[in-house]
Amino acid sequence: MASVEYRAKSMLLTELVSGMALTLKYFFRPKVTINYPYEKGPISPRFRGEHALRRYPNGEERCIACKLCEAICPAQAITIEAEPRDDGSRRTTRYDIDMTKCIYCGFCQEACPVDAIVEGPNFEFATETREELFYNKDKLLANGDRWEVEISRNLTADAPYR
Amino acid sequence: MEFIDTYVIPGAIIVAQILALVVPLLVAVAYLTYFERKVIGAIQLRKGPNVVGPFGLFQPFADALKLLSKETILPAGANKIIFLLAPMLTFVLSLIAWAVIPFDEGMVIADINVGVLYLFAISSLGVYGVIMSGWASNSKYAFLGALRSAAQMVSYEVSIGFVIITVLLCVGSLNLTDIVEAQKTVWFAIPLLPMFVVFFISALAETNRAPFDLPEGESELVAGYFVEYSSMSFALFFLGEYANMILMSGITCVLFLGGWLPPFDIAPFNWVPGPIWFILKISLVLFVFLWVRATFPRYRYDQLMRLGWKIFLPLSLFWVVVTAGVLVAFDWVP
Repeated sequence: MASVEYRAKSMLLTELVSGMALTLKYFFRPKVTINYPYEKGPISPRFRGEHALRRYPNGEERCIACKLCEAICPAQAITIEAEPRDDGSRRTTRYDIDMTKCIYCGFCQEACPVDAIVEGPNFEFATETREELFYNKDKLLANGDRWEVEISRNLTADAPYR
Repeated sequence: MEFIDTYVIPGAIIVAQILALVVPLLVAVAYLTYFERKVIGAIQLRKGPNVVGPFGLFQPFADALKLLSKETILPAGANKIIFLLAPMLTFVLSLIAWAVIPFDEGMVIADINVGVLYLFAISSLGVYGVIMSGWASNSKYAFLGALRSAAQMVSYEVSIGFVIITVLLCVGSLNLTDIVEAQKTVWFAIPLLPMFVVFFISALAETNRAPFDLPEGESELVAGYFVEYSSMSFALFFLGEYANMILMSGITCVLFLGGWLPPFDIAPFNWVPGPIWFILKISLVLFVFLWVRATFPRYRYDQLMRLGWKIFLPLSLFWVVVTAGVLVAFDWVP
């Protein structure tokens, strides 16, 4: 009897029809697509995107060339050279990040004692050439100026958990 | 003067008719690809193409331009002539079958009295494009894809043949216009429902569509018989495949869904002109093609062959006998 029932079901295509009813139901459901370049999904305050070097509110750069970030970087993407500035303070003369080596682990940000190097919320920095991804100090400081509002907001939001 | 009257003017009329059919058909093919991406997208809760033009409506033209601007690659080991001939053959065969499809009473390029046989012959020739491309590519993926495709198309043609015979028994004519006219009282999809289903599933297999798209099974054969093709030659295969889908939907409508006839021959329905009904029905069948593709996983090859030879063939043969018996017993033979 079970086999007759099975045969009848398979001949009447009941399973196929119920499958198609299911997909038809989905056809009319609201779509989940985010219309990407025009609309974007939310990102966490901890998001680790493009790097930036921050400044103090008075415009002085934060980095004191302690080289902790260079030391901790697992991909050895950071290169720093430093010497005392004319006013006697210790600053970097060279701060390069090879973005093609970087693995976006965020250790540099963790290591930094003055919150100078951070990973900002920007992830749309694709370039047409490889050379453009070898960031120097100017580029990183410019990033810091450009993203300061978002970066400081994210740091404040994440501060209670650190 | 006589020369102009007998040859030039009729020739010009025929060319105009052909253009009036082929140009909308190619546009329809372009938009079928768009429609397919939209429908499958919607079923998978995506939006589908929506960037190029309003609602992404220019996407097919963007795709066509991209394909045309690419390089046509001729594999070193390929048989050049057959390699280039195969896509043309596929494309031409998918177009010439339209000559006998009636869009309305008298709206047909060639109203021949063996229309069904012509369609059957043309769709059988379609295998040659596949075999030629697979063999001439000199690549194992293409060859395996072509073999699968040929075996599949030949198998399902048998049951399609029997389904067509049942319809012919009910009509008593091979002329497609007569077949549509015979459905004035009731569409054949209703009395011959099992045959309609068999025909539709066989049409899926015949056009190598999901869930019978084994010839182009991405996971094992990369793309099947057209792996080695690029640019325009690939575009011709692509156009041919989609034109074949529209053709099979058209044949389904003519044989089972009453062609250009309105669903009910009463006031609001028979105001709409026949070709509109025909196009609406084709669109509906095409939607089911895409719906099926979005629903079912691909068949295994032995399951495909089992379905064709051990289920559809006996079933359609049985229905030929039953239909013939009923027609004779009640003296309904036309």
